[in-house]
Amino acid sequence: MPGARPRRSVPRARLGKVFAPYLLSLPAGLWLLILFLIPLVVMLSLSLQSCNNATGACVMTWHWAEFGQQLSLYHSQLLTSFYFAGAATVIDVVVSFPIAYWIAFYGGNKKNFFLLMLLVPFFVSFVIRTVVWSFILSDQGVVLGTLKHAHLLPQSFHVLATGYAVVAGLAYNYLPFTALPLYVAIERIDKRVLDAAYDLYASKRQAFMNVILPLTMPGLFAAFLLTFIPALGDYVNQQVLGGTSDTMIGTVIQNAFLTNLDYAGGSALSAVLMAVALIGIFAYARLLGSTAIEEYL
Amino acid sequence: MEAALPAIELTGVIKEFRTGHDVVTAVRELDLTIAEGEFFSLLGPSGCGKTTTMRIIAGFEEPTAGTVSLHGRDVTGVPPNKRDVNMVFQSYALFPHMNVFENVAFGLRRRNVAKDEISRRVNEMLTIVNLDGRSHRRPRELSGGQQQRVALARALVNKPRALLLDEPLGALDLKLRQAMQVELKRIQREVGITFVYVTHDQGEALTMSDRIAVMNEGAIEQLASPREIYEHPSSRFVAGFIGTSNLLAGKASSVSGGDAVIEVGAGERIVVGTRDLAIAPGTELELTVRPEKIELSAERPAGPGCALRGTVTEVVYLGTSTSFTVTTTTGADVVVFQQNSALAGDLASRGDQIWLSWQPAHSYLIGQSAPG
Ligand SMILES: Nc1ncnc2c1ncn2[C@@H]1O[C@H](COP(=O)(O)OP(=O)(O)O)[C@@H](O)[C@H]1O
Ligand SMILES: [Mg+2]
Repeated sequence: MPGARPRRSVPRARLGKVFAPYLLSLPAGLWLLILFLIPLVVMLSLSLQSCNNATGACVMTWHWAEFGQQLSLYHSQLLTSFYFAGAATVIDVVVSFPIAYWIAFYGGNKKNFFLLMLLVPFFVSFVIRTVVWSFILSDQGVVLGTLKHAHLLPQSFHVLATGYAVVAGLAYNYLPFTALPLYVAIERIDKRVLDAAYDLYASKRQAFMNVILPLTMPGLFAAFLLTFIPALGDYVNQQVLGGTSDTMIGTVIQNAFLTNLDYAGGSALSAVLMAVALIGIFAYARLLGSTAIEEYL
Repeated sequence: MEAALPAIELTGVIKEFRTGHDVVTAVRELDLTIAEGEFFSLLGPSGCGKTTTMRIIAGFEEPTAGTVSLHGRDVTGVPPNKRDVNMVFQSYALFPHMNVFENVAFGLRRRNVAKDEISRRVNEMLTIVNLDGRSHRRPRELSGGQQQRVALARALVNKPRALLLDEPLGALDLKLRQAMQVELKRIQREVGITFVYVTHDQGEALTMSDRIAVMNEGAIEQLASPREIYEHPSSRFVAGFIGTSNLLAGKASSVSGGDAVIEVGAGERIVVGTRDLAIAPGTELELTVRPEKIELSAERPAGPGCALRGTVTEVVYLGTSTSFTVTTTTGADVVVFQQNSALAGDLASRGDQIWLSWQPAHSYLIGQSAPG
């Protein structure tokens, strides 16, 4: 008999329903709080403090000018970073779009195998991969050495220690972060929609421009963020492959913290980088039409 | 006056798919001529090659052998975007990132039609398919029936010379499907273009088509009008696939004047037309009788008709009619439909001994029995 159930259980069940979502979001919430929000607040507060370089002791001085000073000191490194990360992202999109497209459309039942092939190099540590690139690109290495030996390149030609090498390294290291979101987006497209486009008189190019590309936009947006943002703050590629003239902002921040022990300066510079990146992303989302993006996410 | 060119003509079309080491023959030796303005249906069970045939006509698949002509022009090898036919896909395949208007306008835009003409024709077409006021909706904001009509409008707005519809109503529930059948028929009359309609639903094919091709395992079993297909199925497969039919097997005992007498059991004889088939006495044959052509009676009816005796084993009330299953003395189960008209009383109940009878013209020879 349903009426015989104890009454108490009803409100208890309801309480459970009310709290369940909060309980479920607790791990994620704690994660965000401890590993993101607290460090962020600490960093922002550090950038307003003044530190004694010798002792490392810091006192809050509400030194707002720090941000402006850092920006004017390092704006050229900031620009270089945007320039390199942007170039690497563009290269990655251009290179991985055909790869992702091919796997999604023609991979058949070997799709997962091809994706794995794409990822295999990335089982090797980030730093080691980059160091290997410095061997490959070195002045008398496998590539340049051979070409120079065959007199296809002048002896003075070099790639290592230039911006090109840094961009190549960034593009190589972040390729999966572009290829995978693109693959997911293309894979989700109903292939019959392409048939429909051809049926409605679209040429191959028109079908691509009017159907495939718009349907890939959300993936393109994700790919851009996942590649550009980490590349922007990267310092390994620049230090291993680059020269001394094209310093990226990541290197400056790293030096501030680890070499100069200038915690306030490093924090302020990080905050500036974050602010500039956020403004850029919002502008970019606006440009692409954020409503269109939301619809697919 | 020269004869009008057929809208669609397939000659000797074969399609083989290679998957690894396997070769699947989806279509074998298909010859098909569809007239201008015809409502033509391809009917058959799932996997019999209907979609493949359709995709060959549209140009998505190239035939392994044979040719495709549209209005007298050989289009074999011409890509789909250069063919003057449009397709309504099995799952609609609407463009999810475009609204209803943009979906319907897609074909016209690719053909560089002027802007105001596009908007005039799209709106006109949306009115025809009862979708005015929905032009700014996205496909996923529409019901199944509405999406179906967008797919139809998107194809029809281009005024193709033939429209190919691949199970267009397959995803709709029964009520909506029946409404859309009427709607489709109306639209076809209104626009007057050739419809090639793929379905596995025999009722749908029978009610809508001018002619039906019944397909089985990549080949056409019978191509005829709905009435001919229903009343005179040419094979056991067609008889079994279209409606309910009773199969009786027997041996020809005598043949004279276009009629054969078939012995279907010990001393039980049935008369059937020979359909100009050369039948020698002694040949094993199969014939079919439709359930609604059979009369039930308590006594053996007088006259020259066919009659069998049996026991009622099942009675199912169907509303407008009642279905009786009778196990005859020959051993075969025979299904009989009787209208529940005002005059009909209780005809029989389970366990009753009863006589079945029908006119010789209603038994139809479908060929030699399958061996074994
Ligand atoms: N692209 C393909 N590759 C391999 N086999 C296919 C392909 N398309 C269809 N087939 C096979 O051809 C046969 C006919 O399929 P189809 O034309 O889709 O049948 P229907 O539309 O009548 O259900 C099936 O056996 C199917 O498995
Ligand atoms: Mg099909």
